[in-house]
Amino acid sequence: MIGTLKSLWAVGLKLFAPTQTQGYPEVKPALAPRYRGRIILSRDPDGQERCVACNLCAVVCPVDCIEVVKAETVEGRWYPETFRINFARCIFCGLCEEACPTAAIQLTPDFELADYARSSLVYDKPDLLIAGKGKYPGYRYWDVAGKTAPPNTDPKDLAP
Amino acid sequence: MTVRLTIDGRQVEAQEGEDLLTACTNAGVEVPHFCWHRAMGSIGACRLCAVKVRRHEADPGTIEMACMIPVADGQHIDIADPEAAAFRGHVIEWLMRNHPHDCAVCEEGGDCRLQDMTIASGHHLRRAGPDKRIHRNQYLGPLITHEMNRCIACYRCTRFYRGVAGGRDLDVFGAHDRVYFGRAEDGVLESPFAGNLAEICPTGVFNDRGWSKVYARPWDMLETPSVCPHCAVGCNIGLSVRANRLRRVISRSHPAINADFLCDRGRYGPLFIEGPSALKAARHHGHAVPLRTALDQAQEAIAVSAALGGAIGIGSPRASLEANYALRRLVGPEHFFAGLDAAEVALHRRLAAHLANASIASLADIAAADAILVLGEDLTGTAPMAALAVRQASRAAERALAAEKHVPAFLDNAVRVAGEGRRAPLVLVTPVPDALDAIATHPLRRAPADIAGFGHAIAAALAGKRADPDASAAAAALAAASAPVIIAGAGLGDPAVLDAAAAIATALNPRARLALFPAEANSLGLALLGGEGLEAAADVPGRGAVVVLENDLHSRCDPATIARLFADRAVIALDCVETATTAIAHTVVPVASFADAAGTCINHEGRAQRTIAARPDSAPAAWRVLAAFGGGAEAGLDDLQVALARDCPQFAAIAAAAPAASYRTPSGRIARAPARFSGRTASDSAGGDAAPPRDPDSPFSWTMEGGALPAELFQGVRILAAAALPPPAQAPAIGGAGLILIPLHDPFSVSETDRASTILAARAPGPQLRLHPADAARLKLAEGAIVSVEGRTVPLVLDKHIPIGHAGLTTRRTTPRRLMPEGSK
Repeated sequence: MIGTLKSLWAVGLKLFAPTQTQGYPEVKPALAPRYRGRIILSRDPDGQERCVACNLCAVVCPVDCIEVVKAETVEGRWYPETFRINFARCIFCGLCEEACPTAAIQLTPDFELADYARSSLVYDKPDLLIAGKGKYPGYRYWDVAGKTAPPNTDPKDLAP
Repeated sequence: MTVRLTIDGRQVEAQEGEDLLTACTNAGVEVPHFCWHRAMGSIGACRLCAVKVRRHEADPGTIEMACMIPVADGQHIDIADPEAAAFRGHVIEWLMRNHPHDCAVCEEGGDCRLQDMTIASGHHLRRAGPDKRIHRNQYLGPLITHEMNRCIACYRCTRFYRGVAGGRDLDVFGAHDRVYFGRAEDGVLESPFAGNLAEICPTGVFNDRGWSKVYARPWDMLETPSVCPHCAVGCNIGLSVRANRLRRVISRSHPAINADFLCDRGRYGPLFIEGPSALKAARHHGHAVPLRTALDQAQEAIAVSAALGGAIGIGSPRASLEANYALRRLVGPEHFFAGLDAAEVALHRRLAAHLANASIASLADIAAADAILVLGEDLTGTAPMAALAVRQASRAAERALAAEKHVPAFLDNAVRVAGEGRRAPLVLVTPVPDALDAIATHPLRRAPADIAGFGHAIAAALAGKRADPDASAAAAALAAASAPVIIAGAGLGDPAVLDAAAAIATALNPRARLALFPAEANSLGLALLGGEGLEAAADVPGRGAVVVLENDLHSRCDPATIARLFADRAVIALDCVETATTAIAHTVVPVASFADAAGTCINHEGRAQRTIAARPDSAPAAWRVLAAFGGGAEAGLDDLQVALARDCPQFAAIAAAAPAASYRTPSGRIARAPARFSGRTASDSAGGDAAPPRDPDSPFSWTMEGGALPAELFQGVRILAAAALPPPAQAPAIGGAGLILIPLHDPFSVSETDRASTILAARAPGPQLRLHPADAARLKLAEGAIVSVEGRTVPLVLDKHIPIGHAGLTTRRTTPRRLMPEGSK
């Protein structure tokens, strides 16, 4: 009898506690920038796409939902001809972002991916590539790849 | 003599005279290394194979380069010793000091020794800044990319290119930390073995340009073992496929054939199946039709042929044995023809008979020979890997001299210095200067018709009779050898050369081995299956259909014979590439290439080797199509081989060439895909996916499910049994007017399939006519003129090495004949 009353008291007190329920979708939740939601491809400070189609995201993906096909520009720079992520399979683990050497692939705080057709969840490069730099504003892979000559190099020095 | 050592506490036996690295590798213990290669020995350039060596149990030990010191009894080798491991870690850090951090954009990434060794040595963080030594890269031709910044100066490339393959135009320049591996100036690498640089480079300096264009990471490709279809050597290759596209070809080690390397024709030729002239769509009377319609039309034409004298089948040395057999069964043995002209049929029949009665030399035997006679064959053009084996054999004398001076055999550079450039006897008898001249001790020139006579003179000299001085010298060199090899082939189209080679081998019995190279991948199989020449096919009365199997008849015989053969008949062409024959056929049926169908080819040593489908989605196998035409109900290759063995007992053993489709590893089928295959679910939608395809003809799965490849089961089986030698073929009469043909063989382009490979076509110089200036002047032709010969137009090159009265022509049909070159308008 006393136990029942105690329970009623405890539950009744909740009537006066502040509410946790949020009125989603009318009220959007505030998510941390590190939140692992929809995946995007970013661009470097020059506006060039960062992805070099190295395939490391594809190989690290535990559900194998990323497919990248390499192509090469006339200058010999690699870029992805195809970049496809199947969000019906993605588990938002963020391993692709960790593996990416160019900071191209990034997870964003957008989780609103629901759709009526599974095929709409297969995102191709135009769906993934954004105009901005994402979380790493100053990063340019080619500056640290060790392949470009320092600015004051004597060209004769590069010959055999 | 064996010595006993202790490697990381484990008792191991090794052969005296070996280096420690070889001993460890043979014992299954991995020692980190870059510059050492089992085919090239030790040079001690990379300093990575540092191990702690103790002379006896209590010895504190010293750090030694495992590749540079010989094994000794009682040695203790500690690979995991902390001091040695730290030393290796420092070496890696030094190498990484100037290596760019561009693995992300390097084709080698994922299959890179430097990557593996860097991770294994624990060098995870760099202490040096991103500034590196920078080099300018070179353009090295259409086959190989060059990214010199990645170089770690292991010297493998120049040691292979110059030391193994005999190339001259790749070298090392500079000094101390600025050495540069490349050509003196940009340009196409000349060696027909340059493609091996991509495999031999432990990092990404040299890479396969063709693969780079359709790149997929090494872990992302289905790997299928196969056999090169581009010459009679039958090198073992691996085909790498992703998304139903063949992306690269790599060498697959076979101890008797190609242990480590592959020629460029073998590496880039198979890409013809992805070229623009790959035959993909069926046609009927010039109109594209569905495959089913073309098959029905073809079957009907064959069915109505019964009332018109029966259908004729034209086989092919390019097609598999099973496809040729299925065609022979469909049309009957008396209506099955070999798809070659009569002279070439007789030539290959004779070649098969000589091999059946000889002690056959494999490529491994050639490389181990101490004297070689090449009779009439341009090996670099007709069987490039055999030429590479000859190059290794010619170093036997160098090795012998070094051994006399007590230089350990594994010290590659020391052996070369101590060997004083001595060459083992190599007697090279060819009509024109040869790529092997530089290493030949007896480079001899004879007109094509005189080569057989010269061979018989050597045989006579060996029997103690008098002969001309050249023949006597050659005979003396061969007689003094303990393991001589006699090499000839179909390159000159002259059966008398084969007889002469066999006579010399017989005179040297039992020491000598014989290697006779047929013209094409399955020439020997076709010769053993039977079938007369195209002239006989043209003489068959009646109006039944002609079924042409994977063969461009226009490169086999003169146009008049083709016109006679095709007159009033329905022509059905089955092929995997567009040819002049498919262009005029009434019904064209696309069939699987060697890379898309299981089948068997017989190589130059009579070894039956199996190809296996490498792409899951392709045209049907030719043998399956032909068996269905005849109402055959074989479900797979194994059933067809049972029928083949029943009808042709000479092929009873071919089922042993590779495991049957029912074979299972302890983990089930053999997995084509590596365990880390990526992107499988990138396009699928759960629940709606079809089951992965099945391969009914092989024990392979198309996925990563299954066990590892049991390589030892895929080495083929020798099937030649001793047979009676047919009477010597009549010397081909080549009367009439005109210049006598000297067939020229291009290491990059021989057949229609070579030319269909875009990347190989970019490397091949194209067909030529070469004339002596005197002959050209007589015919009023000038250098560079476009000349019409045998219905082809080719550019003329003046060459004073062509004997007067002869004409060198790049041609596949080697039958001795005369040419009448004419200036083209």
